[in-house]
Amino acid sequence: MRIKFSLLYFLILISSASFAQVLQNSQINGSFQIDGQYYQTDSAIGAYAPAQDIDLMGFGNLTFTNGPFTAGVRYESYNNAIVGYDQRYNGSEIVHRYAQYNNDGLDITIGNFYEQFGNGLIFRSYQDWSLGYDNAMDGIRVVFEPTKGIRLKGAYGKQRFFYENGPGIVRGIDGEISINDFLSNYKESWSSKKLKTVLGASVVSKYQKDNDPLRKLPENVLAYALRANINYNDFFLLSEYAYKYNDPSTGNGLIYKPGNALYLVSGYSKKGIGLTVSGKWIDNMNFRSDRAAVLNDLSINFLPALPKEQTYRLATLYPYGTQSNGEFSGKAELYYRFQPKTKLGGKYGTQINLSSSMVQSIDTDSATSKEFGPKSNFLTPGDERYFRDVNFEIEKKISPNFKGSAQYIYTEYNKNVIEGKVGADYVYAHINIIEFYYKINTTHNIRTELQHLFTDQDKKNWVMALIEYSIAPHWFITAYDEYNYGNEKSKERIHYLNGNIVYAFGSNRISIGYGKLRAGLLCVGGVCRVVPASSGLTFSITSSF
Amino acid sequence: MKKLIIFVLFLSFSFISFAQESESFQMPSITLKDMDGNTINTSELKNDGKPLIISFWATWCKPCVNELSTIAENYSDWQDETGVKLIAISIDNSRTSNNVKPFVNGKSWDYEVLLDVNGDFKRAMNVNTVPHTFLFDGNMKLLNQHTSYAPGDEIKLYEKVKSAAVSSK
Repeated sequence: MRIKFSLLYFLILISSASFAQVLQNSQINGSFQIDGQYYQTDSAIGAYAPAQDIDLMGFGNLTFTNGPFTAGVRYESYNNAIVGYDQRYNGSEIVHRYAQYNNDGLDITIGNFYEQFGNGLIFRSYQDWSLGYDNAMDGIRVVFEPTKGIRLKGAYGKQRFFYENGPGIVRGIDGEISINDFLSNYKESWSSKKLKTVLGASVVSKYQKDNDPLRKLPENVLAYALRANINYNDFFLLSEYAYKYNDPSTGNGLIYKPGNALYLVSGYSKKGIGLTVSGKWIDNMNFRSDRAAVLNDLSINFLPALPKEQTYRLATLYPYGTQSNGEFSGKAELYYRFQPKTKLGGKYGTQINLSSSMVQSIDTDSATSKEFGPKSNFLTPGDERYFRDVNFEIEKKISPNFKGSAQYIYTEYNKNVIEGKVGADYVYAHINIIEFYYKINTTHNIRTELQHLFTDQDKKNWVMALIEYSIAPHWFITAYDEYNYGNEKSKERIHYLNGNIVYAFGSNRISIGYGKLRAGLLCVGGVCRVVPASSGLTFSITSSF
Repeated sequence: MKKLIIFVLFLSFSFISFAQESESFQMPSITLKDMDGNTINTSELKNDGKPLIISFWATWCKPCVNELSTIAENYSDWQDETGVKLIAISIDNSRTSNNVKPFVNGKSWDYEVLLDVNGDFKRAMNVNTVPHTFLFDGNMKLLNQHTSYAPGDEIKLYEKVKSAAVSSK
């Protein structure tokens, strides 16, 4: 026993010494987050405490780096997932692990990875904790740069589906050439040319066995995309076209017609001014590694929504989510700064932001085959409007201690289509927002927000007030009240009062809140999840190292 | 046995932290694009022996935009006095990333901006939320990280930049 023990001890010493030597040049980084909620039942707002009273969820990331070698794990725990998160997240497990070797232009990953081709129209694998979204790939990825300016990517694997992988196999290749970088290998002056062009192409294919007893479903579905990005002086044009072969799925109503998408962004910008005009066409681009999947499950691609991403509380009441089965949208946006010491700029300058977008259905022929689906007319808008917004914002610093902004937003929101509700109102809303910052001294600050939403539809008018006191660099103390004062039912004219304290130190942040949270749609990047009303104590800890 | 493994791990971890004391940060190697479409590898981010700030932000993140706007007011003074450089990493996805250049120009910011469209660099740097700011000295030693922004944070940050500029010399 004693011999055994000393041998073991000796082994440990040796291994830890050599291990330590390897680790001499190594680095370990990571991050943690814990989110929790203690519930109270509040039947007035439709918030019901689950039987367990408290939900806790969290993750930990660990990354190990040694020169060209990287390895990492991600552990997630949901006991249970907080109300509003997908309850299929339940339990604790290492959900993500990978090893990567990246040297001399060759980058190989085995295990889990995230990847995006172009704008993501046919392939995007990513993760967003606040949305509860993770479609990480589990397989192999290779990125190769044979020479400056050329990048080739290959990826294959299955997608994460909660605690397992989805049934379909996803494989894809992407090639991109930056003409200027490539030609600068031969002639240096190419890298400083005013005209810069980047071209790219990708192909993605998914495989899923056909178990349908009645239909003959395609087991392999191919999609491709072509893109070109051009910069010339202050102008730019970004474009991507995608095509998907027939892919009957639950999401598109099991129709056989192929899908396509076009995404265009053009712009002009130089110091003090920025202007963009964008357009997007989507026809039948629901693309998942399980044809039966719905909601946000097992999406292979990402269809960015065009309308402005709103951040103020009442402006997030009516957010737009991309309609993958068909939409035609356009947007124009202007940022302009009146420089300081000009007539309209005043002493500190004045910032103006303007944007407007519109989303319509797509035009389809009425004579349709049930099996093929409605034939659509490329780049022709349909009659039904899904969404429209106009945003005007002005920001101004008034004195060294005082600055503010005012905003007006007009929104049209087709609740039937966007939320998939039948017989809901088509909402027209006007939103006004005023925000002020007042600096008491170098570290103490007061911020206030006043928001008002006017609409004759849905739950009618809302008002919101917020006050935040911050002490740099550690403390934020916030209180806000959302009040649905216009609600037709007097019982539902409710104050959603909330208080929140945040303590930030270094790369750590602790927050504790108490109050009532209204039901709503939380959207990030055009992907949305429904959040029910809740009441109680919330807390969150996040930390990076 | 389990205890022993833990012990060994603990031992090696202490070696790592010992090793890390004096060493410069190993910047992850991620390929990103700048606003003009030029390709840049993050392992090459540096500021020629002067302090470097790397700030993660997004066009839709109000505190981030506030922080960068506030620093922008004094950025040329900061550069003159300390030689500091700020690289702003936009984590906007393809919904808003195409709008970053007009946004930055519209605000008259002078920062180098890189587009982390699928969050690869964000994940590699273990950034959970934005804003998240890293400060490196001239030898790329990580001096400070900070998450969230309260008005006045920029003053504390600049104090650290100044002492980093002195110690980097």
